[in-house]
Amino acid sequence: MHPPEPRLNPPGRLFGPSRFLNQRTVAALGLAGMLTAALSGCNTVVLDPAGDVARQQGDLVIVSVLLMLLIVIPVMAAVVIFAWRYRASNKDAKYEPDWDHSTQLELLIWTAPLLIIICLGAVTWTSTHLLDPYRTIGRIDHETPVAANAKPLEVQVVALDWKWLFIYPEQGIATVNELVVPAGRPLQFKITSSSVMNSFYVPAMAGQIYAMPGMETRLHAVMNETGKFEGFSANYSGAGFSNMRFATHSVDEAGFAKWVGEVKASGKQANTGQTADAPLPEAPAAPPLGGNLDRAAYLELEKPSEKVPVIRFATVAPDLYGAIVDMCVEPGKMCSSEMMAIDAHGGLGKAGIRNVSMLEYDKNGRQAGTDATASPDAAVRKELAWVRALCRQIPGSAPDGTIKAPTDMRSLNGAGLAAPQSIGLGQQEALAPDAAARPAHVSLNSRN
Amino acid sequence: MTATTVNPTHDLSQAQLQAAFYDLDEHDHPEGGSTMLGFWMYLMSDCLIFAMLFAAYGVLGGNFAAGPGPKDLFELPLVALNTAMLLFSSITYGFAMLAMEKGSKGAVQLWLLVTAAFGIAFLAIEMYEFYHLIHEGATPMRSGFLTAFFSLVGTHGLHVTFGLIWLFTLVVQVGTKGLIPANRRRLMCLSLFWHFLDVIWIGVFTFVYLMGML
Amino acid sequence: MAIEAVDHSHWSPLLGRLWLDALPQEPIVLATFVVVALGGVALVAALTYFKLWGYLWKEWFTSVDHKKIGVMYMVLGLIMLLRGFADAVMMRIQQSIAFNGNEGYLNAHHYDQIFTAHGVIMIFFVAMPFVTGLMNYIVPLQIGARDVSFPFLNNFSFWMTTAGAVLVMMSLFIGEFAQTGWLAYPPLSNLAYSPWVGVDYYIWALQIAGVGTLLSGVNLIATIVKMRAPGMTMMRMPIFTWTSLCTNILIVAAFPVLTAVMSMLSLDRYLGFNFFSNDFGGSPMMYVNLIWIWGHPEVYILILPLFGVFSEVTATFCGKRLFGYSSMVYATLVITILSYLVWLHHFFTMGSGASVNSFFGITTMVISIPTGAKLFNWLFTMYRARIRYELPMMWTVAFMLTFTIGGMTGVMLAIPPADFVLHNSLFLIAHFHNVIIGGVLFGIFAAINFWWPKAFGFKLNQFWGKVSFWLWVPGFWVAFTPLYILGFMGVTRRMRVFDDPSIQIWFVIAAFGVVMIAGGIGAMLVQFAVSIWKREELKDETGDPWNGRTLEWATSSPPPEYNFAFTPIVHDIDAWEDMKRCGVERPTTGFRPIHMPKGTGTGIILAGLSTALGFAMIWYIWWLAAVSFVGILGYSIFHTFNYKRDYHIPVETVEATEAARTRQLAAAGA
Repeated sequence: MHPPEPRLNPPGRLFGPSRFLNQRTVAALGLAGMLTAALSGCNTVVLDPAGDVARQQGDLVIVSVLLMLLIVIPVMAAVVIFAWRYRASNKDAKYEPDWDHSTQLELLIWTAPLLIIICLGAVTWTSTHLLDPYRTIGRIDHETPVAANAKPLEVQVVALDWKWLFIYPEQGIATVNELVVPAGRPLQFKITSSSVMNSFYVPAMAGQIYAMPGMETRLHAVMNETGKFEGFSANYSGAGFSNMRFATHSVDEAGFAKWVGEVKASGKQANTGQTADAPLPEAPAAPPLGGNLDRAAYLELEKPSEKVPVIRFATVAPDLYGAIVDMCVEPGKMCSSEMMAIDAHGGLGKAGIRNVSMLEYDKNGRQAGTDATASPDAAVRKELAWVRALCRQIPGSAPDGTIKAPTDMRSLNGAGLAAPQSIGLGQQEALAPDAAARPAHVSLNSRN
Repeated sequence: MTATTVNPTHDLSQAQLQAAFYDLDEHDHPEGGSTMLGFWMYLMSDCLIFAMLFAAYGVLGGNFAAGPGPKDLFELPLVALNTAMLLFSSITYGFAMLAMEKGSKGAVQLWLLVTAAFGIAFLAIEMYEFYHLIHEGATPMRSGFLTAFFSLVGTHGLHVTFGLIWLFTLVVQVGTKGLIPANRRRLMCLSLFWHFLDVIWIGVFTFVYLMGML
Repeated sequence: MAIEAVDHSHWSPLLGRLWLDALPQEPIVLATFVVVALGGVALVAALTYFKLWGYLWKEWFTSVDHKKIGVMYMVLGLIMLLRGFADAVMMRIQQSIAFNGNEGYLNAHHYDQIFTAHGVIMIFFVAMPFVTGLMNYIVPLQIGARDVSFPFLNNFSFWMTTAGAVLVMMSLFIGEFAQTGWLAYPPLSNLAYSPWVGVDYYIWALQIAGVGTLLSGVNLIATIVKMRAPGMTMMRMPIFTWTSLCTNILIVAAFPVLTAVMSMLSLDRYLGFNFFSNDFGGSPMMYVNLIWIWGHPEVYILILPLFGVFSEVTATFCGKRLFGYSSMVYATLVITILSYLVWLHHFFTMGSGASVNSFFGITTMVISIPTGAKLFNWLFTMYRARIRYELPMMWTVAFMLTFTIGGMTGVMLAIPPADFVLHNSLFLIAHFHNVIIGGVLFGIFAAINFWWPKAFGFKLNQFWGKVSFWLWVPGFWVAFTPLYILGFMGVTRRMRVFDDPSIQIWFVIAAFGVVMIAGGIGAMLVQFAVSIWKREELKDETGDPWNGRTLEWATSSPPPEYNFAFTPIVHDIDAWEDMKRCGVERPTTGFRPIHMPKGTGTGIILAGLSTALGFAMIWYIWWLAAVSFVGILGYSIFHTFNYKRDYHIPVETVEATEAARTRQLAAAGA
């Protein structure tokens, strides 16, 4: 068993799987010999990532395996032993053809898995809440809580056909297929997609989350090590899916500032932004992109393309991301937030029946941004102005679904609740295989 | 037969054993013994299809896409009339079943035709409603709400249509074969089907129309 | 690199969208087409030459005998297994060579169809026919019935399933199949992003086969509830019958959801409705929820009957009563109910709240409790047993070891934060192949080896069976362990090309595993051929070659058309074992005429018209759609005017059949 925690856990740290792993000593003892060692030869990024969130998730994988092996190993051993011992040719073994019931055994076969599942269920409940991607992170790593006044770096992520657009609103820059983040700073990703579902996944940093058109998902993470890592779409999205990859560079704060400066400077050249530290695959002739990412440039970028080299935009229209989520980048389109605001008030009645072209988004499929809708006629403009005036919704202002990291962890595992003194199934107990055998008078409240 | 365990004793003669383990005096099973159970299960599976459509309406019912909502489109008096048609048709189907119990072939056919008349009236009113909506531009393509509305109500209407085809087939079959057990069974099944559509419609009327107009 | 969109906008009133561009363009498909066409011509010629058409039509295609329909389901499953496996081989080859800028030999259009078709075929047209075929064949025999409740519907169900399979096979050569993944999530499967016929093939194949599956579910429930032999209370039903009952309840309660969802997707695609569109207030997320409300019960539909098979096999070859019968039954029921409460675990990554995710994660884990209890029951059945290692038992032990690992990796995926790093990765692929191959397929192999003598009157060759076993089981691990490892390396599914050369070795190992599995499948086919060739040596005269315990072994192998001359009366769970213990002799006199259903061609005709309807709808051939629809309606009505659907087997025939059996038994005993 691991040694008891010497003192109270500071809020926002040492919680979750790593806590009871006790800085991985258990993993080192238990599974290291088998699983991690067997896999250490290859680059198992999921179990050995560079970001704290992914690390906790990877630890959870190991913890759950260890817990289940408690029952899986005896069962598999018993299968092999019974299969051998009671083979027909072994006449020494007992044979009881009518023995088909034993209450004690029945009790055992139902309760043994049940106990494991109770433990796993407790781990699941707490870890799911703690590692909820919508929740801001509470710690940089297992010994560094996030400073109270730390402001996460916001990155807006748009899955396009078939490349990734990253917008840095704070810095006012944007890139395609290149994600650069400062190590050690909390990151907040706001994720959407332009046409179909994708999944934003940087295995070294944190678990994935779907990118869906017309919707925004969130992911909070941090990078603890610097280096170059792989990111990609983890949800099939059509013909160009396989090459929907991007390099993720984790750099120090100074390196990040330098990179931002370079991107800002690159705009003057209106180029594809090749630099020495970001070697690119053989790029075809530079597309007419780079420089300023405004709505027109976005509509051009949105068109399906594969194996797109890194593109850097020195400036970006501040309302662009909101308009993408709102599906109203094209001029003459009603934003979905406007539509929803109108719907919440019962729609526009029969007068609204003819507002069709300003709502169409899917119709042209991947041939987006056709000329017909690119320049709306006067009638549509007038109509749209009328709609905007009517609902007075600010486009792109989707409600913020972020959940703050808890300042007090106890509410998560229920230990903070006024539980009867005799019942204390906290995390450490939950993991201990002998949880049921623990003396009843041990109270968790003192420890938390 | 008794259902106790027979011990492997040698007290019983082979003839007794055979009588205990084989049904030596078996008669033909009445035909169609499982039909009502099977049809019930079919109805429940159909009910699930409607459940999905109701669920879709629950999800999409508020998405007017800046277009018209229920209050702008529905005409309750018309729907109330429509509901009455379907309820009446259920009552007249009940009379057809009573006539079947009495063994009165002509009365069964008559009541079936009256039921069909109400059913056709129901469909006619529904088609008028649909035509009217589409004519105004409130097509199912206009919004999620209209998509879910047309699908739910239209699927019900499609069921009524098939019920009517079935009903006319039965009128002919009762005419040619009389109220033989097979036809009685079919009348029972159609009865279940028809009342089932009534129940679904009450759900549609309440959930879609009444609650939409509130 | 910009994408060139292929224009398929041609339409004519006569042929709809069907035009020359629908014919095979890629050399691989073209070659396959030539081979298949030549094979088809050869088959038709052979059938004609040997004058087999009449026999097939009369004795098989139009038969309503549950045993023949069961066998036809198994044949369908086997044929489609070869197709689905060919897809797997193509994927493995592509993934093991497409590195370092090598594009492999499949372009995206082709590769994306292959992985979609592989999933669809393996689930709907391999696993489902196998499972339905087994239930069809065995359940009436196990409950002492002479046929199912609705014999005509049974025939119709089979042909509808086949019609779906025919449409999928057509898509290989005429047009394309979906490039969406096996569940065709919108918006990708919407008309806007999948404009040509692929998704339409998918929809109509599933829709038509789904009708068959649903009706066969209704049929088998009614059969089990209404047609059990006297004395067989619910708690005396064989476990396979229990698991079949639960499976069919799941089918009836899940497949309408699929029908509804596919209809909604069709309305979106054909009429521009807005169920799952991005715009006009549609909700793609609703599709994902609805399809998994069907999809999760579906995996239990597949596995539960095989749990029943393993129970029967274990008890039989252990020569022992099954340990914990009631706990097995309750475990099955608990799984049945819980399977409806877990669907969201397929998309934890969609961004539901933590409480929702934890709820579904924990319900998923809870399912492992009854499943674990089942495993313990088999384990304790082996305790103090005399285990005979015939092929079915070997498959069962292989299952117990393999499935345990698959279950464990499944629980890992049920923890939402762990799922965030493993979702859609090759770890997930390895997991579900681990349970579907290790559970469903191993179970089907156990069942085929177990019940083959019942169906055909001779055992299967053991040598080739063992060759198949020892290629399959290690082959499975060689093929899928690399996928588990690649999952930990963050490699995702459905990738056509890779850029990290260091992972190539794992794909090569996996491809080698696939070669071993191919050997296993080949050995199985050889096993069938050799057994048929040497059927006299392998003959089973007794009808009870394994010392069985349930009623299907009480009759001859193969059973007569009417199954049982006298309906047995049940006093124990192991009814046949009980009869043998009591020394009951088979009655040889006092036979009566037996009432049986008559064969009909309606099933195959309606299914043929449905295929035409599906094809017409896929290709926008509206006149053909109208004609075939009216045809279906008209022929169904016509069928209802046929009141003479049964006949009596004359007592002389019964007496002659049973006398032959008496002679056979006497010869076997002597």
